Amino acid sequence: MTPILPEKQYDTMLLNVGPSHPSTHGVLRVLVELDGEVIVKAEPDLGYLHRGIEKLCENRTYHQCIPLMNRLDYLAGEVNNFGFCLAVEKLLGIEVPKRAQYIRVIIAELTRIASHIFWLGTHAHDLGAMTPLFYGFREREKIMDLCEMVSGGRMFPAYFRIGGLAADLPEGFVEEALAFVKDFPNKWKDYDTLLTENPIWKKRTVGVGVMTKEECLDYGWSGPMARGSGVDWDLRRDNPYSSYEDFDFNIPLGTREGDVYSRYLVRMQEMLESAKIVRQALEKLPKGDIKVDDPRISLPPKEKVYTDIAALINHFKLIQEGVTPPAGEVYQAIEAPKGEMGFYIVSDGTGRPFRVKIRRPSFVVLNALDKLARGRLLADLIALIGTMDIVLADVDC
Amino acid sequence: MHRAVDFLKERFPEDVLEVVEFRGETTLVVHPRAIRALLTALRDAPEMSYKYLSMIAAVDYYPAEPRFGVVYNLYSHRYRDRLTLKCLLPGEAPVIDSVVSVHATADFHEREAYDLMGIVFRGHPNLKRILLPPDFVGFPLRKEFPQRGQ
Repeated sequence: MTPILPEKQYDTMLLNVGPSHPSTHGVLRVLVELDGEVIVKAEPDLGYLHRGIEKLCENRTYHQCIPLMNRLDYLAGEVNNFGFCLAVEKLLGIEVPKRAQYIRVIIAELTRIASHIFWLGTHAHDLGAMTPLFYGFREREKIMDLCEMVSGGRMFPAYFRIGGLAADLPEGFVEEALAFVKDFPNKWKDYDTLLTENPIWKKRTVGVGVMTKEECLDYGWSGPMARGSGVDWDLRRDNPYSSYEDFDFNIPLGTREGDVYSRYLVRMQEMLESAKIVRQALEKLPKGDIKVDDPRISLPPKEKVYTDIAALINHFKLIQEGVTPPAGEVYQAIEAPKGEMGFYIVSDGTGRPFRVKIRRPSFVVLNALDKLARGRLLADLIALIGTMDIVLADVDC
Repeated sequence: MHRAVDFLKERFPEDVLEVVEFRGETTLVVHPRAIRALLTALRDAPEMSYKYLSMIAAVDYYPAEPRFGVVYNLYSHRYRDRLTLKCLLPGEAPVIDSVVSVHATADFHEREAYDLMGIVFRGHPNLKRILLPPDFVGFPLRKEFPQRGQ
């Protein structure tokens, strides 16, 4: 007898997830081939948020790229600028003053806490636990307020500049930030109590999405994703930048087989470590300049622009032509909340980058989605997307 | 001098074309025909141990010829250092071997380089556009592609 449907269609079913699905954290589309409820193949379809940032950079001065970089991983806006500014500073061969380095670390680590809180809230929410989101956003709101204090922007502070910072810390920032990080471990306990020993949470996460150490390296995983599998690697410690060597902090590693639960534990501990770093940086904050003293890189102070013709010319030239690094190619990686974020910049000696390539951690991590999802239940796919902590603006660039 | 330079020159004397040092970073310009063998050797030799491919970047050096650069950024977790390999490809039909069989992470990177720069990776299991829609015409990161509408 001839079958009514072609034979293949009896076997599996194709399910479209996204691009507009609440648990895809943006506009991720996954084409899932299902055998009953078991995933046979999961193919991510990207690009719904592709804005062509790499191309846009080529027509802008280096400073004009800064607002674009904010919009890569928008949950950790300022960390992207951290990497970009460091890369351009490497091209220029300069190092920013100690005070600026410390302030950058403070903002970056606060942002890391905010990013991890967002991950925790949405990840738990996807798996059926509503409460951590509300508790977490209480603290995230405070960090947003601190970002607003320094620059006026909450999600996109655009506070870092090539050669330093846009301005010094405002009055009262140090006290408020100190109060926040001192209190944070107490608030952190609220999330920990809700989830860590929660049997439903464990049922959904233990043994799901297992990656061995070797597989992590093969798939280019970095940051908390790799550390969840026991890869003892953190760029802040192993290739320190911006004075990270001055601070005392631990690198939390996964205690079990790198599964979703293990990565949860790593990220939870990382929040506390970040709070520790911020506290040390605030307490040891050196005095001094917040940008390099070089008229070819830093803008003159505003009052001088209004009163001094040389400063006015300098200001004009710097805005029109931008900083002009020598011709060359550099790669600078930083430990972003989601893993290694790298900037590969090719300069041809003009005021605009010849090519900017951004190594986005979310993009790299998503490569392993198919491998992790195969043979698992459809419900596990939600846990897998959650544990990857992807931001689609970062994936699509 | 970077520790990988002698290692590679000894094993691949014909294929290491140039060593560039800039701002403390070492870039080896290598022959594209050997890229898969080079990356395999760097990954498997214990004294190199470059098991982690950080990224693959495609660069359009127009109007220079060879026009395209494919840049491999490697990291060694054991020695905590980086190494960059660069292959130069001609402007007409830029083709290079895929390294997905050496580093699984190369899959997305190569698809992105194909999508935006039009580099063809020979032997890639699934070489199709990744960020742009399948019916998109042109390769936007090439220098001749306009930044605004024509």
